[in-house]
Amino acid sequence: MRIRLFAALAALCLSAVAAEARTVRWSASGDPNTMDPHSQNVGTVTMVLQQIYDPLIQRSRTLGLAPGLAVSWEQVEPTRWRFRLREGVRFHEGQTFTAEDVVFSIDRAKQPTSNFGIYVDTIESAVAVDPMTVDVITRVPDPILPNKIASVFMMSRSWSEANGATRPQNTRQREEIHTTRNTNGTGAFRLANREPDVRTVLARHADWWGWREEGTGNVTEIVFRPISSDATRIAALLSGEVDFVLDPPLQDLQRLRSAQGVSVLEGPEVRTIFLGMDQFRPELLYSDVRGRNPLSDLRVRRALYQAIDIQAIQRVTMRGQSMPTGTLFPEQVNGYAREEDVRLPFDAARARALLAEAGYPNGFEITLDCPNNRYINDEQICQAIAGMWSRVGVRTRLNAMPLGPFFAKIQREDTSIYLFGWGVPTLDALYSFQSLLASRAGGQQGDGIWNYGGYSNARMDALISRMRTETGDARQAAIREALNIFREDVPLIPLHHQMIPWAMRSNISIPHMANNQPYFRWAVVN
Amino acid sequence: MRAFFDSDLWWSFTRSRITVASAIVAFICIGGAFMAPLLAPHDPFDLASLQLMDAFTPPIWTAEGNPTYPLGTDDQGRDVLSAIMYGARVSLFVGFAATIFATCVGVLVGLLAGYLGGTADALLMRIADIQLTFPSILVALLVDGIVRAALPREVHDQIALFVVVFAIGISEWPKFARTVRGSTLVERNKEYVLAARVIGLSKAKIMLQHVLPNVLGPVLVIGTLNLALAILAEATLSFLGVGVPPTQPSLGTLIRIGNDFLFSGEWWITIFPGVALIVMVLSVNLLGDWLRDALNPKLR
Amino acid sequence: MLAVSFISFAMFTYVGDPVAIMLGQDFTEAQRAALVAELGLDQPFFVQFLKFIGNAVQGEFGLSYRLSRPVAELIAERAPATLELALCAAVIAMAVGVPMGVYTGLYRHSILSRFFLTFSLIGVSLPTFLIGILLILIFAVALGWLPSFGRGDVVRLGWWTTGFLTVSGLKALILPAITLGVFQLTLIMRLVRAEMMEVLRTDYIKFARARGLSNRAINFGHALKNTLVPVITIAGLQLGAIIAFAIVTETVFQWPGMGLLFIQSVGAADVPVMAAYLMLIALVFVTINLIVDLLYYAVDPRLRIGKGAH
Repeated sequence: MRIRLFAALAALCLSAVAAEARTVRWSASGDPNTMDPHSQNVGTVTMVLQQIYDPLIQRSRTLGLAPGLAVSWEQVEPTRWRFRLREGVRFHEGQTFTAEDVVFSIDRAKQPTSNFGIYVDTIESAVAVDPMTVDVITRVPDPILPNKIASVFMMSRSWSEANGATRPQNTRQREEIHTTRNTNGTGAFRLANREPDVRTVLARHADWWGWREEGTGNVTEIVFRPISSDATRIAALLSGEVDFVLDPPLQDLQRLRSAQGVSVLEGPEVRTIFLGMDQFRPELLYSDVRGRNPLSDLRVRRALYQAIDIQAIQRVTMRGQSMPTGTLFPEQVNGYAREEDVRLPFDAARARALLAEAGYPNGFEITLDCPNNRYINDEQICQAIAGMWSRVGVRTRLNAMPLGPFFAKIQREDTSIYLFGWGVPTLDALYSFQSLLASRAGGQQGDGIWNYGGYSNARMDALISRMRTETGDARQAAIREALNIFREDVPLIPLHHQMIPWAMRSNISIPHMANNQPYFRWAVVN
Repeated sequence: MRAFFDSDLWWSFTRSRITVASAIVAFICIGGAFMAPLLAPHDPFDLASLQLMDAFTPPIWTAEGNPTYPLGTDDQGRDVLSAIMYGARVSLFVGFAATIFATCVGVLVGLLAGYLGGTADALLMRIADIQLTFPSILVALLVDGIVRAALPREVHDQIALFVVVFAIGISEWPKFARTVRGSTLVERNKEYVLAARVIGLSKAKIMLQHVLPNVLGPVLVIGTLNLALAILAEATLSFLGVGVPPTQPSLGTLIRIGNDFLFSGEWWITIFPGVALIVMVLSVNLLGDWLRDALNPKLR
Repeated sequence: MLAVSFISFAMFTYVGDPVAIMLGQDFTEAQRAALVAELGLDQPFFVQFLKFIGNAVQGEFGLSYRLSRPVAELIAERAPATLELALCAAVIAMAVGVPMGVYTGLYRHSILSRFFLTFSLIGVSLPTFLIGILLILIFAVALGWLPSFGRGDVVRLGWWTTGFLTVSGLKALILPAITLGVFQLTLIMRLVRAEMMEVLRTDYIKFARARGLSNRAINFGHALKNTLVPVITIAGLQLGAIIAFAIVTETVFQWPGMGLLFIQSVGAADVPVMAAYLMLIALVFVTINLIVDLLYYAVDPRLRIGKGAH
């Protein structure tokens, strides 16, 4: 232990002497709960692991697809994609990266304990053609495979086998495996030290293949410390104890903007906030209307929609940090159509008229379920909406709770109306339609898994299966029609796309990413 | 009444200016809180009356102040003054109810232990000791957790207020029990009790009619000081997010919500409820202190 | 202890649904059912409880749902932070509280006494979280003198990590320790004051005075010594309270101790961690109680002669 002490002191002295040391002290509210690259498909885990591991195809600064560990890829047959791998790549512990590792990693992501199944769901198998070429064979033609494979990190087969980590850590079971706390990637940084919930230190991997490319930064060390309290996190940034805050609270932006030495980087996120509604029960669970379900009446859905003053929410609740929307996903997603992104106008009088027309001249009572720590200002949005609805006669009781109980509740379909948000990691429309609006009964695995309102529309289902297999213009046309149905039928009430400001010390520059991932390989510390 | 004004208590009360001041403050707090529906300029619970566009209005004396909202508004456009009055109502209700609950349990246990003595005494006091070692906040967290676990959420929200009352009350009763037991032990051997026993009065009657009135002084003191503690405990629980339901925000809840806006310049959302809480607790504490000194003849 | 373990297990069995949190955004019904079975959450309540007790007796609390690491290890990792913080708070409370109490007890009407008393009243009336927030606002944000969160740099001594050996560690300790200590400080001061005043009017002191002992000898040799018994009791019991109240302070200051772990676990419905924490705290209280009883015995000579005083 004394040696450790000296080592720590020596390291301290060294870092003080080395002029080239460029450390970024980074903070966010949550800590990654594992270091296993295929165990948890959650932003807080990915934000650290993407610094350490590379996928075959990586995201460019504009979230386009760019060569990663694969230098090129093509669809050689409808069900066969061929990837040519990058030469001379080594893992942090020295192993050479080959096709074997790709086959292993894809197989690993397909294991039952993986949380990344949705990205490899169409893959039949991966085959090594030669040491630098891999073929991925899909069960059905999958036009968006590259978008999905961009979320699958590559691991070393020999390292994983040597450490008994050939399948993803099962976080559900009482299990800890080597990959829970150890990493061996090919990425720009390697894991130097990790104390869960306290600090995670990443050191620059000097041999990373990508440093040769243009536009890379100069960060030599990343120290990540989670701070869950908003006020504390901001205080730490203001007092200079932290250099970069991924999720500054909106109300503090004004102060941060005017603070000396702090800058705020603003940008959109690929995440849309909306309200889901029970449309399948004959009678709502949480309402005073008996014998019928008001929410299955399009007029009522429209009335609730038009009662919402989204501009007020944007200006006051979100402090300008939101993009009100009338559609299902933002423009970064393939299939987005500006003409379909039109909201029903805010019109309280019209909302009251619609309610009266539908047979509720005196409104009704309803409970709005809402998470209070999942989306930006989620509970405040719900409070504002509850007030707006109450004003048109829909007496709204707000039931806000932490995400744990909230998700459990809506997954039991134990809700009448709820606030929800949906991100699109594949940046393709299918992901949203399939999960949120496909009928739950029948269909393919994954259809309607988040369709807790029980929306069901045969035309929509047909369009979704066309999106799944068709390519080119036919596919775009299917998405376009589905978006139109979404707008006309109001299966969900869209609210806004989230904006995700990042706050940092002024001496740091880093490209803002709509997937809310800071890529420190591109960060520059002055 | 006349007797009261002639009493030592009244005399010592009027003699201390601080006490009179704190009594007035406490009276204003309690009065304002309990009459909130009549006095408050707005009804913060009437969702339909909230104007989101009025949110974050600063207090009246600043440049952007709005005379409709003397102490400004919060993030939903609620009037801070009204929210404080309604919030103080919840805080005081929990404080009083928890203290009364603790007093009843404590006095009963203390009387029984002190008067009966023997095994009953040892057992009851052992329980009190164990209970006393557990900090109130932990007991409250435990009780709250059990109730949360045992009841579905909807039911829990309806009775949450009483859960908090119970949780805080149950953690405070041993103080009363100990004091009452001590006094009872002294009283028990006094001649009037012996006399009462000789003429054959029942134990219950002796305890309630003869011993109880004589041990009430200390109970009153502890009760007052405990009221302050209970209000603080409720605020702390609500600050941690496990107290009263957010639909009935207490001062602690208001502070927790306002805390998010402390750095952003909207200080009034948290500072005013904070000040209200401090003033309330301080005045109750001052009254308690005075009462203790006044009732303790040795200190005069 | 058994009661606490039962309660701690029972209270969290239904609090939240760890399943939903662990599954993330994409999963199927089959995966969900499999997970429930894996966790044993489909078994009857008492079966789960018996398993829990069986493991707990062996110091085995299982793996944290949230962090996938052994709970015992997590707690051992966090304990030093909380204990160091609690110790500092207790030292502050005693070192400042006792002299202030003695002074105000002896010189009841001096200006300084009034000042101390006012201070103590405000201290008793200020909730801990408000003190913490105000201190951060003043010393970390406005003045920038002290860090607002965390422990600073720590040095590892075996399994124990300490912040006492580095400057940043010591600086990080100041604000949280004061926050945590203030309430106890005022409590101790008021207690010492009351006891002093009580003791000073006893016959015993009057005799001492009559014997012509100096004021100094009387005040410190006799009076203070006699006030120590209740002070030790309360101080000991308050150490438990300090550890419990650390939940609040650690939340405000993001102090990486057991209290923060507990609150984070509540948020994630991480049953094993919460249950283990509560049992540990119960154990701490039982231990403290025992120590206080023993100290009592050592300090108060009357107790050594017989149980007469009790």
